Amino acid sequence: MRLLSPLDRKLLRDLWRIKGQAGAIAVVIALGVMTLVMMSGIVNTLEETRDAYYDRYRLAEVFAPVERAPERTLKRLAEIPGISAVESRVTGMALVEIPGELIPIRARAVSLPEHGPARLNDIFLAEGRMPNPDRAEEVLLLKGFADARGLKPGARLSATMNGARRGFHVTGLAQSPEFLYTTAPGELIPDDARFAVLWMSRASLAAAYDMEGAFNEALIGLERGASEAAVLDAVDRVLDPLGGLGAYGLADQQSNFFISEEIRGARSTSVSVPPIFLGVSAFLLYIVINRIVQAEREEIGLLKAFGYTDWEVSAHYLKLMLVIAIGGAILGSGLGIVSGRAMAGVYQEYYKFPFLVFELEPRSFVTGLAISVISACAGGFGVLRGVFRLAPAVAMRPPAPADYSSTGQAAGLSRRLLDQPGRMVLRRVQRQPGRMFGAAIGIATGMALSVGMIGVQVGFNQTIDLSFSVLDRSDAQITFTHAMSDKVIYELARLPGVEEVEPIRYVSVLLRHDFHDHRGAINGQLSEPRLARAMDAKQRPLPLPKEGIVLSTTLARVLDASPGDTITAEIREGRRPVLYLPVVAVADSLLGSPAYMNIDALNGALNEPGRVSGAYLRIDEEAAESVFRAVRDMPGVAGIGLKEDMRDAIQSIMDSGMGAMRFIMLAVAGIVTFGIVYNAARIAYAERARDLASLRVIGFSRAEAAFVLLGELGLITLIALPIGALMGYAMAALVSAAFSTEVYSIPLMFDAHTVGTAALAVLVSAALSGWLVKRDLDRIELVSALKTRE
Amino acid sequence: MPKPSDTKALPAFRTAGLTKTYGEGKAAVHALRGVDLEVPTGEVVVLLGPSGSGKSTLLNILGGLDRATSGDAYFTDHELTAMADRELTLYRRDHVGFVFQFYNLMPSLTAEENVELVTEIAHNPMDPGKALDLVGLGERRHHFPAQLSGGEQQRVAIARAIAKQPDVLFCDEPTGALDSTTGRAVLKVLADVNEALGTTVLMVTHAAATAAMAHRVIHFADGAIRDVVRNAERLPPEEIVW
Repeated sequence: MRLLSPLDRKLLRDLWRIKGQAGAIAVVIALGVMTLVMMSGIVNTLEETRDAYYDRYRLAEVFAPVERAPERTLKRLAEIPGISAVESRVTGMALVEIPGELIPIRARAVSLPEHGPARLNDIFLAEGRMPNPDRAEEVLLLKGFADARGLKPGARLSATMNGARRGFHVTGLAQSPEFLYTTAPGELIPDDARFAVLWMSRASLAAAYDMEGAFNEALIGLERGASEAAVLDAVDRVLDPLGGLGAYGLADQQSNFFISEEIRGARSTSVSVPPIFLGVSAFLLYIVINRIVQAEREEIGLLKAFGYTDWEVSAHYLKLMLVIAIGGAILGSGLGIVSGRAMAGVYQEYYKFPFLVFELEPRSFVTGLAISVISACAGGFGVLRGVFRLAPAVAMRPPAPADYSSTGQAAGLSRRLLDQPGRMVLRRVQRQPGRMFGAAIGIATGMALSVGMIGVQVGFNQTIDLSFSVLDRSDAQITFTHAMSDKVIYELARLPGVEEVEPIRYVSVLLRHDFHDHRGAINGQLSEPRLARAMDAKQRPLPLPKEGIVLSTTLARVLDASPGDTITAEIREGRRPVLYLPVVAVADSLLGSPAYMNIDALNGALNEPGRVSGAYLRIDEEAAESVFRAVRDMPGVAGIGLKEDMRDAIQSIMDSGMGAMRFIMLAVAGIVTFGIVYNAARIAYAERARDLASLRVIGFSRAEAAFVLLGELGLITLIALPIGALMGYAMAALVSAAFSTEVYSIPLMFDAHTVGTAALAVLVSAALSGWLVKRDLDRIELVSALKTRE
Repeated sequence: MPKPSDTKALPAFRTAGLTKTYGEGKAAVHALRGVDLEVPTGEVVVLLGPSGSGKSTLLNILGGLDRATSGDAYFTDHELTAMADRELTLYRRDHVGFVFQFYNLMPSLTAEENVELVTEIAHNPMDPGKALDLVGLGERRHHFPAQLSGGEQQRVAIARAIAKQPDVLFCDEPTGALDSTTGRAVLKVLADVNEALGTTVLMVTHAAATAAMAHRVIHFADGAIRDVVRNAERLPPEEIVW
């Protein structure tokens, strides 16, 4: 028995004959499927890993900070319905000094349970050993910080806790699901190197912070199905009289918020970007298959003449497409698995998971395969139509010349300006405007992809530039351990080298509007701040009036509030007033989701006039060191953050976190764009090979014959550029929205630079494709022109 | 490439021991097995022979489309077998006209423009209109190939080939795709061009009857010349029957 029917063998040979083109289409499809499989695999893996990590190390679901609660309060908390586990701990802020570092680093000291493993918020000992509970000076250090600072177990460091300076001995490095991301208080951006976490014995920490027999944070685990809101209310009722600072759920826990935002951003990218790639591939497949079948008219006629039925012939061509489509999908799935696994490994390291639960998304394979097959079948409709219409006699006649009479005579200008090769190019475009337009749209789609992806790159840079050069014009930011008298501002201003000082008051707050809420902070600032500014979309500074609140775009979106709406602000400090604030403006902030108020109005509402919790400084660079020394020794200073460091930190988050996907996407967009242009060139070549050989025979040089071919490609490319720019606008909007998270927003960047770069990419692709096709043209067998069409 | 100094004195083509082999080893096909030939200038020469006998291969090598495996081929005093690709292109451009079995007109150009395609790049072309008049298609100069019959298309192809005033006209089965009446008209045009311009015409054909109009008939078999026959008397193309 024969394994392959003659038609199937023809199929294999046809595939081999068009291997270049089939390969290019398969690769474009494969890249689409790859991004889908990779992205959804990464998102799944991160979610599964995060959840498993939280679960295995029993991360608390509710955090309840309090000023000081006696240990017996824990029993009352445990009685609250819905609570499955409670644990108390002592935490405190500290300043860590590292040899060779001028500026001390802010740190959080966390107590280790006195007996056995923690019931909640367990830690993973990555290196070294646990501290001896009887040795007050032994501590564990957060591995992320230790790595960033090159510290190893055995290192010694000194820290100031509650005003007292003590020496410590690092016995081990730990990882914790609670501190995947660490952010210094008052800062928006997590930075491993600039915030430390120390774990030490409860007794030692309690002594340092006057917490003997008491705790200042309760960790709470929930029963399955328990209402978190009800538990939060109940916990607040218990802790409020003791100075509760407001219990909050995991969603508002800082580290979890960041990682969840990253995953959420990745998910939105994974559902919006790969389909674009797949859609482009599908469109390309459709165009190409249609044209391949057009070129096979004689063969189809011949097959029919032999007695093959329409269905058999159609099935034959459908198979050809399916082989390419499914081949591409399988290749893409393989690439997706490999790259997904590799990227997941990178992210495991980046997010500091102690283990990885690699989990592919099965649906992504199905979706990828389905889209590939559907697009192949869509191309198949054109095939079916063509096959059914074609009379077998077509094969018996010499090829009839295509009818160009509708394009009309060359007259006037075109007659004088164009030589015959020029006319050939122009008439071809005129005769088949649909087909040429299809090819132009194909290239335009590729360009739009590039515009979108380049726009996102520019958008990321814009976010950083705008945030750190335009909005924030300071050099450093100081935070105080507690709200201090604004006299400190004058003291700072008097320091030699300080050029400008601006006060800021942070207040933690729960903002509500309708059914939406957001836990964050209000920044109280001068009515017309000069260093740290809020600006509108046109980059005009927004003044902060005595009445009302200015929300960042992200926050306005989260709260679904716009100017004119009144929002509720439940202040979580001091006398805990509840304010009803009209939204006066929306500020175009690209980092975090800040809210701004006039500092006097904020202090007034709190009944704490003239209080500041931090300051922005503009410093003479020459005198920076002496300023930092002086500031470090001032009482009440909790930390100094340099703008440069913050800028580096956000850059690193954007470049190593989910934002890094943009580089992969850019590369994919580039390859897809090239694939599309190259295909257009190949098709044009395939359709014209005979004419080109004829031209060569009658004495046209290679370059002259190439003009006829490449002129067409060039013309289509030129038509594609403006269309691509328009489509690119939509693409850029879609992609920048997909990449934006609550941590950072990516503005829509559609400017001359972006479009120009994308256009250049298309032109380079066109030039390269032209060169590749011209190589074939140079090798064309002249004798082929003398024969009938093959 | 300069014009030959005295083309009348030299034969248009001369070959010595010309061979052409496709493939290698056991699979090798010997298309030409040592061809020695002279084609005098100004003659109509018909190459006859069964498929695969080597006649088209010879035509392709003399036309500068293909390269010989060994042996020499001269166009007047120029050694074709020693020319680089670029020189062959110039040779085709300046000295050679081609007429194809399937016409190979550019579908996107009108009859006149197809002729202009060649006159634009030739050294000493005739007026495209005159070339079309010569083939009797002056009236249809503005028609596109799709609007012309097969015979008309072939005549446009001849007009295109002669418009550059070539020294040689190569015709590969010029009537192969035409009915006999139309075919005769095409042959008449070729004979007229030979008569009027003194162009050497090399024609490959299956139609043995065509041989009657030639000065010289070369019979091919198995990659070699079987014999060369000089027609003492030539038949006008109108009287050829096949």
